[in-house]
Amino acid sequence: MKKSEFSDPFEKARVDKGYGKMNDQDDPVTMVLRLKDVRKCAHSWKTFQSGAEPGRIVVPSEVNIRDTRQIPFEVDPPMHKAYRDLIEDWFKRPLGKEYQQKLKKITDAIIEEVLTMDSVEIVEEFSLRLQSRALTLLLNTPYEESETWISWGTHVFRSKDTALDGDKANILYNYIDQEIDKAIKNPGTDLYSVLLACEVDGKKLTKEEVKGVMILTFAGGRDTVINAVTNSIAYFADHPESLKLLKEKPEIIGKAVEELIRYFAPLTHMGRVATEDTHVCEHAVKQDTRISLCWASANRDASIFEKPNEVVLDRKLNPHVSFGFSHHKCLGATHARQIMNVLLTSLAEKITSIDLIDCKENIENLDEFKRKVGYDSLTVKFNKR
Amino acid sequence: MAKITFITSDNESTTLEATSGSVMQLAVDNGIAGIDGDCGGVCSCATCHVHVLPEHFKKIGEPSEIEKDMLELDDNVNEYSRLCCQIEVTNSIDGAVLRVAK
Repeated sequence: MKKSEFSDPFEKARVDKGYGKMNDQDDPVTMVLRLKDVRKCAHSWKTFQSGAEPGRIVVPSEVNIRDTRQIPFEVDPPMHKAYRDLIEDWFKRPLGKEYQQKLKKITDAIIEEVLTMDSVEIVEEFSLRLQSRALTLLLNTPYEESETWISWGTHVFRSKDTALDGDKANILYNYIDQEIDKAIKNPGTDLYSVLLACEVDGKKLTKEEVKGVMILTFAGGRDTVINAVTNSIAYFADHPESLKLLKEKPEIIGKAVEELIRYFAPLTHMGRVATEDTHVCEHAVKQDTRISLCWASANRDASIFEKPNEVVLDRKLNPHVSFGFSHHKCLGATHARQIMNVLLTSLAEKITSIDLIDCKENIENLDEFKRKVGYDSLTVKFNKR
Repeated sequence: MAKITFITSDNESTTLEATSGSVMQLAVDNGIAGIDGDCGGVCSCATCHVHVLPEHFKKIGEPSEIEKDMLELDDNVNEYSRLCCQIEVTNSIDGAVLRVAK
């Protein structure tokens, strides 16, 4: 098996029964595995709510390390829409030419630097730096802020020793509190200031609400972007012919981005809490218990995707759910897609091949399923075009 | 050559001409408000939803099963809904009028 392969641990359960079970801190989860069921449950916000106790819809649950409600992520309609409408346009800024040019400059600078090195550890020295520097564009904060975020390491909530690290989470929460206070004193053009000036139902957003949006923006786009970038580098190390294809046919880069994101599903699943006794695939789901929408499994559903376990870079129909589905679909998807688009463009322009020197896989333990979601470390050497 | 008219949510009407490519790409290239085409046209993001004016629906045609599944759970869907990344520009759709869904 190639180092860049991501197998599908859900296949048997998805085909045989359509769901799986996992325990998580004594708050069990019924995992929904088929694409159509995942979509239906994601859409049914009245039965499967997001607005439960803060942290509970995340798997593993963050109930014990967080009180702040992430917004609009942990809010149900109709309030969800009121919040989302406030920030939707801001999160579409990555579609602008100037934003894309700045992102290209950031990406090219990192690639030029690693090209001079005999070997580079991708997670820390490439993906984390790219993710952090790109985030300064999304937040419209000074470039130098990224140095602070890089210094936090690869995970905001998770550390190597424990699944959930409250101390590390507090580093982020305290930082955001400070930045909000700074923006109150000196309003500028960054996301903090924009949010502080926003109103919902004629009332200014509170500090706690601003914090809720900012935590979501930081946490939602960290591990996920780092996994997408790192896994893509591993893929191109195993597939130099794909880099050549993108160089010759840059017009397929948009499709390639979607396909890599489908295949990797950088976020395995996301939870919901049942508001009533119901069922999924004829399996009873009790009120006030959790389900999860398993994006990673749905993306390999052979009833929708031909050759689901192969990376087909120019796949024409690709209704994947890596960015979620329906009301709560990923707010940062436009930004993430641009990062990937620019990355693939720059790699195709500057690199002929990548030598994979060493890697340590990051395997998630989901009880009956063990899923590779990325790498703890990936050491490579880039070869210049 | 086909002429295609887009009506945006503020009732602004824009007529564009093209010979090939997808209708979504034509709209994005010309900055039609409400058509983002985030996923580049692979039927994943549903940010290119339009309602074909009924009298033009026959020439545009029915959505595929995968597209139907995407549209089925959209709050603004109606019987004339299409994701315009899945509509190819050809002479046969000349004159079509599409209302951008909210």
